[in-house]
Amino acid sequence: MPTYNLKINGKLQSVEADSDTPLLWVLRDQVNLVGTKYGCGIAQCGACTVHVNGNAVRSCSLLVSSLQGMEITTIEGLSENGNHPVQEAWKEIDVPQCGYCQAGQIMTASAFLNNNPNPTKSEIRTAMQGNICRCATYNNIEKAVEVAANKLS
Amino acid sequence: METTKKINFSRRSFLQTSALASGGMLIGFNLFTACKEDIKPPIDLSLLDYNDFNAFIKISDEGKVTIFSPNPEIGQGVKTSMPMLIAEELDVAWDDVNVVQGALDTKNYTRQVAGGSQSLRQGWEPLRQTGATARQMLVNAAAAKWGISPSECKTKNGIIINSNGDKLGYGEVVKEAALLEVPENVTLKDPKDFTIIGQGKSNVDIDEIITGKPLFGLDYKVDGMLYASVLRPPAFGQKLVSFDDTNARNVNGVTDVIKFGDKIAVLATSTWSAMKGKKVLKAEWNQESKAESTAFHDEQLLSILNGNKFDTRRKDGDVKKAFSEADTILERTYEAPFLPHNCMEPMNFFANVTTNKIELVGPIQTPAGTAASVAKMLGRDESEVTLEMTRMGGGFGRRLYGDFAMEAAEVSHLAKKPVKVVFSREDDMADGIYRPASKYKIAASIKDGKLTGYHLKEAAINGNMYGLIPNFFPAGAIENYQVDTANYQSNITTGAWRAPYTNFLASAEQSFFDELAETMQVDRIQLHKDLLQNVKGTTDEQIQYSPERLEGVIDLVVEKSNWGKTPEGVYQGFAVYYCHNTHVAEVADIQMENGYPVIKKVTCAVDCGIVVNPLGAKNQVVGGIIDGIGHMLYGELNFEDGVPQSNNFNTYQLIRIHQTPQVDVHFVKNDIAPTGLGEPALPPVGAAVANAIYAATGQRLLKQPYMKYYQPKAIIG
Ligand code: FES
Ligand code: FES
Repeated sequence: MPTYNLKINGKLQSVEADSDTPLLWVLRDQVNLVGTKYGCGIAQCGACTVHVNGNAVRSCSLLVSSLQGMEITTIEGLSENGNHPVQEAWKEIDVPQCGYCQAGQIMTASAFLNNNPNPTKSEIRTAMQGNICRCATYNNIEKAVEVAANKLS
Repeated sequence: METTKKINFSRRSFLQTSALASGGMLIGFNLFTACKEDIKPPIDLSLLDYNDFNAFIKISDEGKVTIFSPNPEIGQGVKTSMPMLIAEELDVAWDDVNVVQGALDTKNYTRQVAGGSQSLRQGWEPLRQTGATARQMLVNAAAAKWGISPSECKTKNGIIINSNGDKLGYGEVVKEAALLEVPENVTLKDPKDFTIIGQGKSNVDIDEIITGKPLFGLDYKVDGMLYASVLRPPAFGQKLVSFDDTNARNVNGVTDVIKFGDKIAVLATSTWSAMKGKKVLKAEWNQESKAESTAFHDEQLLSILNGNKFDTRRKDGDVKKAFSEADTILERTYEAPFLPHNCMEPMNFFANVTTNKIELVGPIQTPAGTAASVAKMLGRDESEVTLEMTRMGGGFGRRLYGDFAMEAAEVSHLAKKPVKVVFSREDDMADGIYRPASKYKIAASIKDGKLTGYHLKEAAINGNMYGLIPNFFPAGAIENYQVDTANYQSNITTGAWRAPYTNFLASAEQSFFDELAETMQVDRIQLHKDLLQNVKGTTDEQIQYSPERLEGVIDLVVEKSNWGKTPEGVYQGFAVYYCHNTHVAEVADIQMENGYPVIKKVTCAVDCGIVVNPLGAKNQVVGGIIDGIGHMLYGELNFEDGVPQSNNFNTYQLIRIHQTPQVDVHFVKNDIAPTGLGEPALPPVGAAVANAIYAATGQRLLKQPYMKYYQPKAIIG
C-alpha cells in the first residue's frame, strides 16, 4: 500500500492506504478523527464535510491520493477550544438534536461565511442546502448562521 | 378521559445513600423499580454498578452535583430534561449540575426504552421525588447541626438557610446527610416556584457535538476491532444459495469472509476495505417467497378496503343505518407508501463475544430486550451480557429493533474477534424495517346539515393501528362511529416509524374533515368545536383526548396564525390532532410560486402540559413539523420484485433547508404533568399542508407523497 503525507489540522500525518480510499475513512479509521461523519458516501448529504485549502468539500468523495500538500481541516481542528464564531453561534441557538449531521453543517457554514461574511437569508439557504439533517434542525441552522455572521462582521 | 398512571413507591425502597471515600455523598436510585434492600451505593465512583441502581446523584464537598444517568440520547433532549427535574427539586443552580451518561443495567432497567415521547411523562414524578428526597436529607443534616427542626430551614441554589439567617452549603453537610435515614415523605415544589423547569436549557452534550468528539456508535472503537460489512439478500423473500468470496478476500485489509444464515459478512481492518470487499462478493439467491412490488401492494390494500373482512375496533351507534338515512355521503380513500427511517447515522453495532462474556456497545433504543435476544441466540446466560448505549444519530423508531446488534454478536461469535457491523447508507435504506404502506377509506353521512355517521377503514401492510387510536378524535363526538381494520401480510419487514400509524392517519382524517366542512358548508374551525362540545363531560373512559385541551390548541392556533386574515396570495390550511398524550393544532401558510405551492410558515399550538425545557421542547416540535412535511411531500420507498427502488439520497429525497418553512410554536400554559413531544407535532402537518394546497389550487391531494401527485397549476398571464 502506498504512503501519503497529509496535513491535517496543521499536523503532518503519514498514512498507508489504497489510492482509492476516500479521505473520510482515512480520517475516521486511521487518524482517529471521528468528528467527520459518514452519511451517504456519494456526496449527497454533507455529513462528511471538511475544509481543503479553506473550501468546504465532501471527504467521502475525495481520494486520499489527491490531497498531498493540501491543508485539511476537520471539525476537531476548526478552533482551539471549540470557540470558532460558528461553533459559538451553534451553542447560542442550541442547534443540534441528535447532533450527527452537525459537524458537517458547521464545516459548511464556516467555509461559506469565510467567503461571504454578510450573507442574505436566501444565500444562507442556498449555501446550506447540500447538508441534510434528518432531525430537521433547519430553522435553527438558518438562525445560527446569521448569528455567526454577526459575530464575524 | 386521559389515563395517567399513578406510580406508588416509597422513598426508602427506591433510594439509598452512601458517603464517598473521596468526599461527598452518593445517592443511588431506581426509577420505576425498587432497590434490593441489602444493597448500598458504592463508596468509590469507579464501582458504580447499574445492576443495583439505574441512576446516581453525587453531591461533592463543594456542593457540585453530578447526575449519572444511563438514559441514552436519541435527539429528543431527555438527557437534558430528565436531570432538570432532579435539579429542580434538589434546589441547586443548573450551572452546578453536570450530567454524565452511565453504562447500562440490562437486567433491572427494563423500562429503559428510549422510545420516545413517553420518557419525560413517566419520569415526571419519580425524578422529582428523588431530587426532593435528597434535598430533605441535606436539610435534615443541617438542622441537626444547628440543633433545630428541619421545618425552620429553607433552601435556595444549593444553600440551606435557617430562620436566624445562618447558612450552610450542601457540600458542608453531605458527610452527615449520607448517614441519615431516607425520609419517607417529602413535599414537592409548587409549579409556580420552579426555577429550572420551564427555563430553556441547552443540550448538555452541546460542547462535545460542536467539536466533533466521539459520541456515537459509529465512533466507537477498541484495539484489534474488525469492521464488518454485511451482504444481505437483495430482495425480500430471498435465500442464499451459494457465494464466491475469492475477489473479496483479495481486497487489501480484508481479513475474513463469514457466512451466517442467509448473510455474508466481510471483515476488514477498516470500514472502507470491508465495504469494498462486500461490493466484489459474488452470491446467488433464490426467491423463496413472493417477490412483491408496489403495484401489487396497492392492489391488495384496495381490495381489502373494498371488501368486507375487517376487525371492528370501535363501534358507536349504527353507522349502516346513519348512511342509509343520509342526505349526503362523503367518501374518500387516502394512500401512503412505505418509508425508510434514514437516521443520519446508519445502523451499526459493536460486539465482542468471548468465552466468558458478551460485550455489546452501540446505539439502540431497546437495550434490555436486545441483550436478552443476543444471549438467547448464542445460547448464553443473560448475566454474561453487558450492553453500553452510545448517543444515537437519530432513531425515529428504527433503533427499537436490535437486528444489527444481533448481527454483530453473531459475526463476533463466529470470528472470535471484536467486530463492529457497519451498514452503508444503501444497506440502511434497502435492509430496513419500514413504515408500512397503508390506505384509509373514510366515509361520513350528513343528514339535515348534521354529521350523523363516520366510518373509517384501515388497510395496512403487516399490522394495524394500536389499540388506543380508535378512541382518538373524533371518537365520542359522532353518534354513529365505527373503526375497522384489516391487513395484508407481506415478507417486507415493517415496524414503528415516528408516530406509528398516526403519522399518516392524521393526514387522512384531517384532510377529510376539511372537505367535510366544505361539503356541509360550515366553517372548518366551527365544525371541530361543535364536535368537541359533544365530548365534554363524557363518561366514556376509552376516550383518550380531552375536548377542552383540543379546543384550547384550536383557539391558540387561530389567534397566532391570523387564521382567515392573511394578505392576498397567502393560503392557509388547518389541522388539529391528538396523539401520544399531546394535543396539537397547526396552520400552514403557502404561497404559489411558478405554479407550485411553497410552504412559507407553519404555526403550531401545543398542549403538552408543563414545558420542562422550552428550548428543547421547541426544537422537538419544529423538527417534527419539518420532518413531517418532508416525508409527506417527498418520501416514498417503492418495491419492484421485492427490491427497494431507492437506496441512497440520490434516489430518495429528504427535505433540505431551502424547502423549509419557518415554524412558529406556541405552548398552552398550564400545570398539568408533561407529556411527549418527539412525535405528536408530526402527524397533523400533512393535512395542514394538503388543506392549504387545496385552498390555493382547488386540488385535493389524497395520496402521499403529495408532490408526486400534485398537478402544477398553469401559470396565468
Ligand atoms: S457522507 Fe459524504 S456527502 Fe454524505
Ligand atoms: S441533528 Fe440529527 S441529523 Fe441533524
